[in-house]
Amino acid sequence: MHRALVSGIAIAILCSVVGLFLVLRRYSLFGDAIAHSSFGGIALGLLAGVYPLWTAYGVSIVSALIITRIKDRFNISGDASIAVLLSSGIAVGLVIIGLSGGFTIDIFSFLFGSILLVSVNDTVLILLLTGAILIVILLLYRQILYSTFNEEQAKVSGIPVEQINYLIVFMAGITVVTSIQLVGVLLISALFVIPNVTAIMYGKGFKQTAIISMSFSIFSVVAGILISYIFDITPAGTIVLLSIGLLAGTMIIKSAGLLSKN
Amino acid sequence: MLIVEINNLTVQYPDVKALDDVSFVVNQGDFLGIIGPNGAGKSTLFDSMLGLNTKYKGTIKFFGEDIRKSKNYLKEIGYVPQKPIFEKNFPVTVSDVVRMGLRNESDENKIDEILQQLWIHELRNRRIGELSGGQQQRVFIAKALVNNPKILILDEPVAGIDQQSIELFYSILRELNSKQKITIIWSSHDLDAVNQLANHVACLNRTLFFHGESKKFFSDDKLVKQYSEASMQEHMHHH
Repeated sequence: MHRALVSGIAIAILCSVVGLFLVLRRYSLFGDAIAHSSFGGIALGLLAGVYPLWTAYGVSIVSALIITRIKDRFNISGDASIAVLLSSGIAVGLVIIGLSGGFTIDIFSFLFGSILLVSVNDTVLILLLTGAILIVILLLYRQILYSTFNEEQAKVSGIPVEQINYLIVFMAGITVVTSIQLVGVLLISALFVIPNVTAIMYGKGFKQTAIISMSFSIFSVVAGILISYIFDITPAGTIVLLSIGLLAGTMIIKSAGLLSKN
Repeated sequence: MLIVEINNLTVQYPDVKALDDVSFVVNQGDFLGIIGPNGAGKSTLFDSMLGLNTKYKGTIKFFGEDIRKSKNYLKEIGYVPQKPIFEKNFPVTVSDVVRMGLRNESDENKIDEILQQLWIHELRNRRIGELSGGQQQRVFIAKALVNNPKILILDEPVAGIDQQSIELFYSILRELNSKQKITIIWSSHDLDAVNQLANHVACLNRTLFFHGESKKFFSDDKLVKQYSEASMQEHMHHH
């Protein structure tokens, strides 16, 4: 239980920070696409008898970088490239599962998460990766924010925009696979998108928005894990429903005119 | 001192020659107005000068150095785009936007200084998307100026901005050029404004058909008429 909470909080922070950049780049579904491609990686790991998250890291990061390269090279739009990535991951996964004769029970925990079963090793890994990604983002904060805000101006200011874009895709790949244990492949994009969409309605500046998003995210994850533990229901669904509740509440407050217009 | 030297710049797009053998120089302290109708190649010229378009023939030098060899010159440039594109809901304040331009992050008080200079200090904690076009414009100028650039490049910076903001904007440009000795390269549709502000004019319509002191251009009725006719034709063509 402690491990679930510690890992959950780390993942909540990680997803909200990386997700904020994705949402602002109109790349909201990219997390979802990487998650689906990790499905292929998980199936591969199960088939090969390797710890499935390792193969998921490899497959997700490589395919995310490849699809980004293809998108730039052939001028394919963002949403179309997401669709390609998403469906190819699932397709690869299905074929591998078919070849192996099916291992449905293992797959199920990856599809919907299993945070209450997280091991000590998993927790350490989650904490290390979260720390590493947050440090990179803090060090390159100005460059990442500027190239998200306006690519062209960032280029003129001498920022290596293309490298920054690949870095974000790389970090998103790691974040997604790390978070699979919490909410599973199918609900990842909820953690990336919902707290950020909510926070954007409150925050004025960037740091303020990021902090609000992290707070909402941590609240949903902690409350979700506790509620699911007490009532013996699925944590992933509970976490996502709680964050949707926060979003709905914010929209009600906003339409009632209680929140200043942003 | 020579700041910019452009020699035989030609840009060929698949369907059209956007710039044809354009050459001119800009000296330190110049206030150069680049005029020309829509589609005259002004944005292509700027894109090439700023390193956003690298598919050109000819040479572009800043401070005597070919920009193909080094990107260091970009540190000396403040650039204000035509209409800065960003998400309306992008959660950044005015200070956040100016801070993005700041190279040396320890120069935090430079941000307040520049916001005061441009009369937008009281807006510093407002979200950029809430501001009027004229206010946003000044924020982007502040961002361009925050590193003390030697050159300010502005691409038709008054499109869609109210008259009062335009006047204020012009007086800011005049002061930057005359008091702070910043070299300004500015593309505009507004002939009167170019006449009042710029000391040099480059008249572009894919080729350069005039470059020199603005006094010379505006005192030569034939040239002005020729320019007006060319842009009128282009205007008709566009409609």
